[in-house]
Amino acid sequence: MTVFKQEMKQNKKTLIIWTASVSLMSFICLMMFSEMKGMVSEMDEMFSSMGNFTKAFGMDQMSIGTIAGFYGVECGNILGLGGGFLASLLAVNMLSKEEGGRTAEFLFTHPISRVQIITEKLIAVFVQILLFNLVFIVFSCIGIALLGEDMNWGNFALYHMANLFMQLEIAAICYGLSSYIRRGGLGAGLGLAAMFYFLNIISNITESAKVLKYITPFSYTEAADIFASGKLEMKYLIVGIVVSVLAIGIAYVHYNKKDITA
Amino acid sequence: MNNNCIETKNLTKSYGKARGIREVSLVVEEGEIFGFIGPNGAGKSTTIRSLLGMITPSAGEAKIFNLDVRKNRKEILQGIGYMPSEAMFYTGMRVGDIIQYSADLHKKDCSKEADILCDRLKLDKKKKVEELSLGNRKKVSIICAMQHDPKLYILDEPTSGLDPLMQREFFNLLEEKHKQGATLFMSSHVLSEIQHHCTKAAIIREGRIIVSDTVEALSKTNTRRVALTIMGNEKIAKQLEERLTKQIKDLNIKASGAELINMEFLYTGDMNALVQYIGQTNIVDIRITEPDLEEIFMHYYTNGGMNNDCI
Repeated sequence: MTVFKQEMKQNKKTLIIWTASVSLMSFICLMMFSEMKGMVSEMDEMFSSMGNFTKAFGMDQMSIGTIAGFYGVECGNILGLGGGFLASLLAVNMLSKEEGGRTAEFLFTHPISRVQIITEKLIAVFVQILLFNLVFIVFSCIGIALLGEDMNWGNFALYHMANLFMQLEIAAICYGLSSYIRRGGLGAGLGLAAMFYFLNIISNITESAKVLKYITPFSYTEAADIFASGKLEMKYLIVGIVVSVLAIGIAYVHYNKKDITA
Repeated sequence: MNNNCIETKNLTKSYGKARGIREVSLVVEEGEIFGFIGPNGAGKSTTIRSLLGMITPSAGEAKIFNLDVRKNRKEILQGIGYMPSEAMFYTGMRVGDIIQYSADLHKKDCSKEADILCDRLKLDKKKKVEELSLGNRKKVSIICAMQHDPKLYILDEPTSGLDPLMQREFFNLLEEKHKQGATLFMSSHVLSEIQHHCTKAAIIREGRIIVSDTVEALSKTNTRRVALTIMGNEKIAKQLEERLTKQIKDLNIKASGAELINMEFLYTGDMNALVQYIGQTNIVDIRITEPDLEEIFMHYYTNGGMNNDCI
């Protein structure tokens, strides 16, 4: 696991800073709930009568005055964007940085098979995503406990599992992309994550754009659906899993026979 | 089993039109110091990258330690110390970390050897790699190539960026490794380096091996540099060029003073023809010398060098 260890070491700072800022942001947001709760009736009315904006964030299906609704909308958006961006920025340069940084001549001339390099780097991406989610969840649990609110922990777990899957799917797609590019993947990766996020919002607003839900992984992380029904949208999730497996497969096949010239 | 360390047969790699290699066939035997010479972009690095399994050749085969470089990549790389021409490392890491990472990838504990090498090359292990000069980065790659005690060294322009003192120390190190039985394959365009250190050499130009032989044989040639001063005008010189056009290369004609013509050229072929022709002219001065190795190589570099009469 030499390459894995190396990647973890290399990414340590980025991961710590990113995880800390996203988790703290969400934590601070969560702490505002007690104040919001006092103004619930006006707030609720306001938030649920903003037409498309309400629909875009799923606030037509649940009340922002409940902890689940508040957590799902406020913290959920921070987690969705923060997690999605992290996944893409971790994965999109994971393979390509060796060629972009001209370190490929170092790594690929050591006695380690490409398959092993691809595997260890992929594990490094996944482990970092797991760590990020773990820290985020711990902060959220502490926050909810401090608020003294009653959370449906089953739905909470399901919701975070969906988010984890979403991040893994974005990471998988970006990893596949990383096997093709040589440099400058960061823009493409972040752009992709942002595009997915907005595709989901568009599909929430426009009935005719519902089909987009099959494309974006944010579709199965919809807090409103999960906290209301206690179930995941399996049809979207299955598409996501298939896409992830394909993307990773492409990364293996392509990178294994790729000409490393830089 | 033969004792070929490196063997390629018609190795070809084409990318687009210009770059790549064509039908490169090389044999490097165990214990040799093999020089690989060619101008920039001739295909030296492409050949080396194919040997190391970084790129897949379009045709032909390559073997190291009698194993196929594609199928047995990992096994082969265990026995190789490679020095890239432009060593780059991971930013943020220290020299010691890189050396350790390299050893870890080899699954070997080489800390003692690494310390000795750092000491001999005067390299500070605590320095950050992004602060290193080209020469110091080279030293890091020397250590990464040597610390695990490989059987075969593949060195891509190893001395560029090293100061003369370090170059000497580097060649001392290589000499020691060679005495212990290691095989060396190094690319260079510094000819004196090849002449001094290598037993065999191959010249590559525009992706093709033009010649491959012992350095001794390469230096020995029936080509002669002829410097001639004759009475007459440029017409006579032109006549010579026309008559012996196949044998003459690098002709340089200079009129000097009244009716004196200086000619300098490389002559390959039947000496009688030359002497016969010169006999008809009015000779003032003549010098016929052996060209130096540098000149032979320059000739290969610049003149297509496809006809092998010269060597």
